[in-house]
Amino acid sequence: MKLFSYNVIDTPIHKLSGLTKLICFFFLTFAVMFSYDIRTILGVMIFSFVILRISKIKYSQIRLMIIYVLIFLVTNAVISFLFSPEEGVAIYGTRHDLFNWFGSNKVTLEGLFYLFTKFFKYASVIPLGIIFLLTTNPSEFASSLNSVGINYKAAYAVALTLRYFPDTQRNYQDIGLAQQARGLDLSHKAKFSERFKNAVLIVVPLIFSTLDRIDLISNAMDLRGFGKKKKRTWYTARKMTRLDYLALFISAIVFFGIISVSVFINQSRYYNPFI
Amino acid sequence: MNRKPVIEFKDFTFHYHSQAEPTLYDINLKIFPGEKILIVGPSGSGKSTLGHCINGLIPFSYKGKISGSLTVAGLETKDQDIFNLSKIIGTVLQDADGQFVGLTVGEDIAFALENDNIIQHEMHERVRKVAQMVDMESFLASSPFELSGGQKQRTSLAGVMVDDVDILLFDEPLANLDPATGKTAIEIIDDIHKNSNKTIIIIEHRLEDVLHREIDRVLVINDGRILTDMDPHELVSSPILAENGIREPLYITAMKYAGVEVKREMRPGYITTLETEEFKDTLANWYEGIKAEDQQERKSPILEMNDVSFSYDGLRQTVTDISFQIQEGEMISIVGKNGAGKSTLSKLLCGFEKVVDGVIQYDGQDIIDKTIKERAEIIGLVMQNPNQMISKPMIYDEIALGLRLRNVPEEEIGPRIEKVLKVCGLSPCRSWPISALSYGQKKRVTIASILVLDPKIIILDEPTAGQDFRHYTEIMEFLVDVNKLGVTIILITHDMHLMLEYTPRAVVLSDGKQVVDTATSEILTNSDVIKQANLKETSLFILAHMVDIEDGTNFVQRFIDYENKRKNRGVQR
Repeated sequence: MKLFSYNVIDTPIHKLSGLTKLICFFFLTFAVMFSYDIRTILGVMIFSFVILRISKIKYSQIRLMIIYVLIFLVTNAVISFLFSPEEGVAIYGTRHDLFNWFGSNKVTLEGLFYLFTKFFKYASVIPLGIIFLLTTNPSEFASSLNSVGINYKAAYAVALTLRYFPDTQRNYQDIGLAQQARGLDLSHKAKFSERFKNAVLIVVPLIFSTLDRIDLISNAMDLRGFGKKKKRTWYTARKMTRLDYLALFISAIVFFGIISVSVFINQSRYYNPFI
Repeated sequence: MNRKPVIEFKDFTFHYHSQAEPTLYDINLKIFPGEKILIVGPSGSGKSTLGHCINGLIPFSYKGKISGSLTVAGLETKDQDIFNLSKIIGTVLQDADGQFVGLTVGEDIAFALENDNIIQHEMHERVRKVAQMVDMESFLASSPFELSGGQKQRTSLAGVMVDDVDILLFDEPLANLDPATGKTAIEIIDDIHKNSNKTIIIIEHRLEDVLHREIDRVLVINDGRILTDMDPHELVSSPILAENGIREPLYITAMKYAGVEVKREMRPGYITTLETEEFKDTLANWYEGIKAEDQQERKSPILEMNDVSFSYDGLRQTVTDISFQIQEGEMISIVGKNGAGKSTLSKLLCGFEKVVDGVIQYDGQDIIDKTIKERAEIIGLVMQNPNQMISKPMIYDEIALGLRLRNVPEEEIGPRIEKVLKVCGLSPCRSWPISALSYGQKKRVTIASILVLDPKIIILDEPTAGQDFRHYTEIMEFLVDVNKLGVTIILITHDMHLMLEYTPRAVVLSDGKQVVDTATSEILTNSDVIKQANLKETSLFILAHMVDIEDGTNFVQRFIDYENKRKNRGVQR
């Protein structure tokens, strides 16, 4: 299984330049982060699932990532409710009590609606991030970052990180197996604290073998002239195509659409169904 | 010679800041344009440092004190930066995987051009041309995962040739290649030398493999000094190799065993030029005189695989119908080219992957349903790179790890570790930190950390990869000692010397299928098997034919027997 790794498939999403995808990603993310309108948020969510489908990403590739993100989001929602249960009431200005918990604390419809909105706000952005990671050729992305003025050394560092992700993952699995054979328990039977301690036993050898590799690759790069000049060209650089402009156009429309809904219809960042 | 040298060392000394002593002393050396030079020497002799000085990694990446002078193409290297030097010298590093910078073959070859600001369409054109020279043009869009070791090396070669450098420097080019691929690599280097007349410098300790093709001069370096500068014929007929821990070609060893005095006039540098007329009879007499080792009766099998098949994805079988037995106390090799299913097989044995079909029996009992942890009581695995296994800063804790994870009481751990430390010759270092150890010692620690769990069988993945002759011998003799304690040892390897010297029997895999399970001497002389497993014919076999010994296989077998007797070892205990 290759998590987080770029796969070459021929879809319109893969054909977009890395820079286009990054800008589109920012457009949509900013829009969703700005707006607390559940209608537009669900709209973006559906949109991102459609894109996910178009880019032919299989569920099995991203299952693990989805699970972790869901755990994180649920924890986030529970904790924010525990700390400020009245947030919803404060924002929407009304109060519809549902039931009591812990004596005088009340669960309100407003509170639940606020949490629900917030949950989907984050959830709708995740597929976009996944699409970006899985459909972008790291080198080509580095070249686009460089073309908008980012230092090529920084851009290349990003590309190498993305590239070594699958390698490191494979290495982690191998080391993990060898350590399990010595008696390390990573299964669900072990206690959480135990599992954490055991994971350290895998991470240490992983770091050392990765450091070896970094030394080697940086020598290899020096020996072939990396960092010699102020600029460099890119073998994989792509020109912007019609498809790129179309994608940028669509995401710009979505962005301005969502902002307009907030500004002109809701006249607030929040959509209030309670008045 | 009145030409100007392209590389010239004059009273050159180099001292790493981090070291107490200089690594190179008073080097005086001239290399002329178009020469093909081999630099041999044991690990730590300074041969890699010499290479780093030539290509500019010293002083660019590794700092130290330089005295004397080193000029490359007339330029003093101290005053040059690594980038200028990279236009003159192309370096191919030993780990073809680690130096793969690009995401695809094309991109990797283009890397130097990208850094030189070549415009895109010219870049694509030049990449295609160079790829053609190394026969990789149909792989331009492939990623490194899809390539074999040899293809990766061709890619690295193309990556330095794209700059049209005058000098090519190969730093241990054979280290990670199987014998057949290594042979091809030497042929490619030779072809490039002949077609382009570039200056070639090869740093390598596997002398016999490099001498597959012609070399102008061989430099022997040890303890930071150049000891000799000879042509191959003179070198192999001198005692210098043995004195400096460099393995001489096997056919030379055989000649010496037979009592032949190896002389320059026999042209012994390459097996192809060797003139055998003078000592034919001596060798034949020696061969006739060796008594065959008695075949000892086979003990009961400790491990048995019956029709074992496995598939990662349920579609394509990675290994198919593997059946073999391993006797208690045996030392056996599993060989085959990359992707033949060797690692999968060891994963199946350790329980990391579950057998789809077939039976694995230990001592007559089916162990398929045992967990990884339970299997570890029987079978231990030592990975190739010790850094992949060591997770504690102290030797004692590292070896204790497996026992502590099994909740063995501390009073019991102490004596068990003492025992293992003694076996592994690590007793004096029991309280040392791991960081104070050499590579070979680290390897011992990883073996110790498995031995302490008291497994009946140990699997070692390429135990001697990248080791020079001395370390190789050290590790292998240590394993023989472990084997003497009654531990069965399975070696996954493509080192032919190792198979020949240490494992009387080997199982050969190809494309997930078992090709043969027989005596090593038969494997290394059977051209079909050799081809399927990416091995090469041993020079002993060729020698046998050159001196008209008909049964070459038997010649190889007797050579092994003779060697074992010299070392006072039986074949099977």
